[in-house]
Amino acid sequence: MSLTANRRGWLQAALASAGALVLGACDKITSSPRGAAVLQSAEGLTRRVQRLVVNRTALAREFTPADISPDFRPNGSIDPQDADYLALKAKAFADYRLVVDGLVERPLSLSLADLRTLPTRSQITRHDCVEGWSSIAKWTGPLLGPLLDRAGLKPTARYIVFHCGDTLEETLDGTGVYYESIDLIDAYHPQTILAYAMNDQPLPVAHGAPLRLRVERQLGYKQAKYIMRLEAVEDYRHLGRGNGGFWEDRGYEWYAGI
Amino acid sequence: MADPQKVLVYRHAAVTRITHWINVLALTLLLMSGLNIFGAHPALYWGQKSTFARPWVSIGAEQHGAKMEGVTWIGRTKFRTTGVLGYSGKPGAEEQVAFPSWATVPSERDLADSRHWHFFFAWLFVLNGLVYWLVGLGRGHIVKDLVPNQHDVAPKNIWHEIVAHAQLKFPKGEEARHYNVLQKGAYLAVILVLLPLMVLTGLCMSPGFDAGAPWLVDVFGGRQSARTIHFLTAFAIIGFVLLHLFMVVASGTWNNVRSMITGRYAIAPEKTGEAA
Repeated sequence: MSLTANRRGWLQAALASAGALVLGACDKITSSPRGAAVLQSAEGLTRRVQRLVVNRTALAREFTPADISPDFRPNGSIDPQDADYLALKAKAFADYRLVVDGLVERPLSLSLADLRTLPTRSQITRHDCVEGWSSIAKWTGPLLGPLLDRAGLKPTARYIVFHCGDTLEETLDGTGVYYESIDLIDAYHPQTILAYAMNDQPLPVAHGAPLRLRVERQLGYKQAKYIMRLEAVEDYRHLGRGNGGFWEDRGYEWYAGI
Repeated sequence: MADPQKVLVYRHAAVTRITHWINVLALTLLLMSGLNIFGAHPALYWGQKSTFARPWVSIGAEQHGAKMEGVTWIGRTKFRTTGVLGYSGKPGAEEQVAFPSWATVPSERDLADSRHWHFFFAWLFVLNGLVYWLVGLGRGHIVKDLVPNQHDVAPKNIWHEIVAHAQLKFPKGEEARHYNVLQKGAYLAVILVLLPLMVLTGLCMSPGFDAGAPWLVDVFGGRQSARTIHFLTAFAIIGFVLLHLFMVVASGTWNNVRSMITGRYAIAPEKTGEAA
């Protein structure tokens, strides 16, 4: 009897310490650069396989007005306090200009009225947050592809960087300002738009007024809000902390297709 | 201690043994990193979109005076789950977290890192499963050893096996050389239904994959339904593993573990052996 009890106690202790060892080892792997690199090698595989099996121009599902979420959750910055942004907001974005520069033939500076004259698309799509939830909304705005064509991409341009007007994290070196980047496959996708309207209303501040990216087929953190400037670049490693986006600099995947 | 009357048979092919242990590793880390990921939004819904005010399952914490309490909602029923779900940790260092840190990888709640673990081991799991399926079908293991035959599915036999299992009586002699109908059913359900369901519902949470196969999302009733089924299936697999481990211990721990390592399984003769 006591032998069994002893044995059970010993077994429990052995299991608990084995478990703690394994957990500790996992945490060590997570925080070691080499272990993290091995784990993150899966991202390249995921991107390549998804690009292989999903047609480059395959459309994300579009929904009906009845499907629109009444409770679309704003996330990340929802009320930026950056001085430049507040000044624009105070005048209802009348002075807003979208700058398009970098590796382009003809740099642009476009007002919201200018943006409304470009080829526009409306789409009711599902927004999938990396946290796991989904909301559905209707988005309207100019297609990114024709806008880039108007500026004329230089042959060396490989990525489009979205510089945003919100500081999501206070840092000493300024790497807390939101930014994002996508490649030209996604930039020219027929559903990639710069939305100025949500559910037929001007884009609310919480959702990125006056202009946000919709790059359907990727997770929510790629959908940059408060866009001030588009920059065509050959490489994004010189920006922020070098990973192509605010959340990418904080460990998230650059390819957010999963 | 060796029993001269026992015969050692070659039970598990090398591919079965290797893929089994890779699966143990991959599923364990998938589960633990998955529980960490779930902590980023500990609520489940049905349909395409989240109905934030009405999840069908949610885990959280509530302030009761000076005390925090972990709570889990299933539908409209609230369960107090302090110490396990919603609010847990070492005394004095409790935190608001869906699943306790001893159950998650990494132990701290970290969505970015847990996703790296999850997707790395998801690839290992999928490739391992493909090897198992290709070899299992190619060599006939799945059809020969796992698909029930006519004798297996006779109601009388099924009833006989249920009674024998309930009494923890295990087959000897010739009968022990192949799986019984309950084993076949359980293993087939896992490799044919539960494990593929994990992969498919997991893929349906990917907005990139969804653009290529929107019909699959519809099969599950929407992305949030797929997430819910992913979660439920994970717990069905935990249920299988617990039953599996119980049966391993009940029918002879060492013999079973050895057969899954070296392939050799000892069979007691029909007449003289004692109950396992």
